[in-house]
Amino acid sequence: MTDIEKLKQLVPQIKRDILRMVHGAASGHPGGSLGCTEFMTTLYFNIMNTKSGFDMAGKEEDIFFLSNGHIAPLWYSVLARKGFFPLKELSTFRRLNTRLQGHPTTAEGLPGIRIASGSLGQGLSVALGAALAKKMNDDHHLVFSLHGDGECEEGQIWEAAMAAAHYKADNLISTFDRNGLQIDGSTEEVFGLGDLSAKLRAFGWLVIETEKGNDVLEMLHVLHEAKQKAFHEKPVAIVMHTMMGAGVDFMENKHHWHGVAPDDEELALALHQLTETLGDYPV
Amino acid sequence: MLFQSFGDIGFTEKKDTRSGFGDAVYELGKTHPEVVVLTADLAGSLKLGPFIKAYSNRFIEAGIAEANMIGMAAGLCIGGKIPIATTFANFATGRVYDQIRQSVAYSNKPVKICASHAGLTLGEDGATHQILEDIAMMRAMPNMTVICPCDYEQTKAATLALPAINGPVYLRFGRPKVPVFIPSGIRFMPGKAQALVPGDAVSIFASGHLVWKAVEAGKILEQQGIHAELINIHTIKPLDRQAVIDSVARTGCAVTAEEHEINGGLGDAIAAVLARHQPVPVEMIAVHDTFGESGKPNELMTKYHIDTPDIVLAVKNVIKRKMKRN
Repeated sequence: MTDIEKLKQLVPQIKRDILRMVHGAASGHPGGSLGCTEFMTTLYFNIMNTKSGFDMAGKEEDIFFLSNGHIAPLWYSVLARKGFFPLKELSTFRRLNTRLQGHPTTAEGLPGIRIASGSLGQGLSVALGAALAKKMNDDHHLVFSLHGDGECEEGQIWEAAMAAAHYKADNLISTFDRNGLQIDGSTEEVFGLGDLSAKLRAFGWLVIETEKGNDVLEMLHVLHEAKQKAFHEKPVAIVMHTMMGAGVDFMENKHHWHGVAPDDEELALALHQLTETLGDYPV
Repeated sequence: MLFQSFGDIGFTEKKDTRSGFGDAVYELGKTHPEVVVLTADLAGSLKLGPFIKAYSNRFIEAGIAEANMIGMAAGLCIGGKIPIATTFANFATGRVYDQIRQSVAYSNKPVKICASHAGLTLGEDGATHQILEDIAMMRAMPNMTVICPCDYEQTKAATLALPAINGPVYLRFGRPKVPVFIPSGIRFMPGKAQALVPGDAVSIFASGHLVWKAVEAGKILEQQGIHAELINIHTIKPLDRQAVIDSVARTGCAVTAEEHEINGGLGDAIAAVLARHQPVPVEMIAVHDTFGESGKPNELMTKYHIDTPDIVLAVKNVIKRKMKRN
């Protein structure tokens, strides 16, 4: 099976996981999770150079930070499907005593997670710190991070963006999910972000912009391009246009689905649109 | 006990606690290759010159961007580093509370937050910079160790002890030159109260710059035949509860003294332990729910009643209350 075929099998299955987890917990964030599935699946299954097993320090391997921690359902599904922890654990999402907290944390010892996130805007600084540590350690691997576009309203993102260019953190590849939506509505109505790529370029980053954030072939292409652009004295940004809720017609491009769980009927409708390719996780 | 009486305690020179920090950080550079120092445009104030000169590859100038500095420090831990993040106490706590909470404390990263210019004794810069709530904030944070040493030597020893302390630490020190009275070479024991002078009339629990003020008060009281027991609470969290309970079991009353708001600081911490285990009269020397202002450090300590005569008066009042109960 080719890489593309494998990714095309994984994506709908992970989207099913997301919907079932959020439905099972009757809470959580399906919109951004569905919108970033193609990106994160490609990153973990085809791009990142990781060791087997998990160690916190992540030395001599590529590492990833999720800064928009509310799309945890996606991350948990990707980590489980990649073998970091048992698939059946996905059914514990957001339940008492779970390792799969509402937002990612290191406090419960879940393999794959290196920092807590949820309060927005902090992950770029953390990823930059980890990238600088890799430089100090002569470790020639990459640090990846993912951020929401609404998250870029936080000032700390721009502190970190300025710092990354200042330190020439060219081992850092940060992706910005430009779905144009946030809890209260469109980003341009709530708090106009304008031309995110131009802003990042002005801050000293190499920027790749793609309109097709929900296309695995495009994700493969863009992430390979980002890797080629790494180690050229500048941090690399991918500004990725996606559709919130991608793959479920009634959720697509609706900010309502940022943080609302589908009910039984909605879940059935949604799952009907996504093929069960690799087997649902057991409840 | 480190001393037998208050008469035994003296000093030959005054030095700032931040210099104790700077000197120790340079030592750590030598002994601990994993130590990385960050600062937010305050390398001079934090006395980082020698470290930067010797270990420029392990120094990160973070600019006036404290939130990013704390986040980067957390990220550096993931690569196996022990980051020492430095700035003024105001910007090291209140400005970055949420960054410390999520990226450092909840994530249990061993970031050592080292903060100078704490409290009123920052002086002329005034209330914008004189943080008096930092200990309350850091005490409330799970996983955080809170240390406030009393002089140059103790700040140096506490800094040298940082790599061995698990998890995040808030180390608080100050700007002015104050008496150096703790003998050099005493190993810093995190979490262990330091008994300075034995006494039977009252237990004085003091922290930071107020320890020397308590020494001065103890000398005055000693001349009047009142023998106070002085205990230096350099580690406010975790608090050495047993030392507090044991001392008060001998003396029957307590005075707390700190350069901090009365809400949430050392006084509250001691009172909480005593209320549960050894209820006795307690008086608290602290700033009473107000902001500071510009002035010389000693003028401010006098005006805001965290000075030697205030401790003497509090001791006499608390002893009176104890006598009434008996």
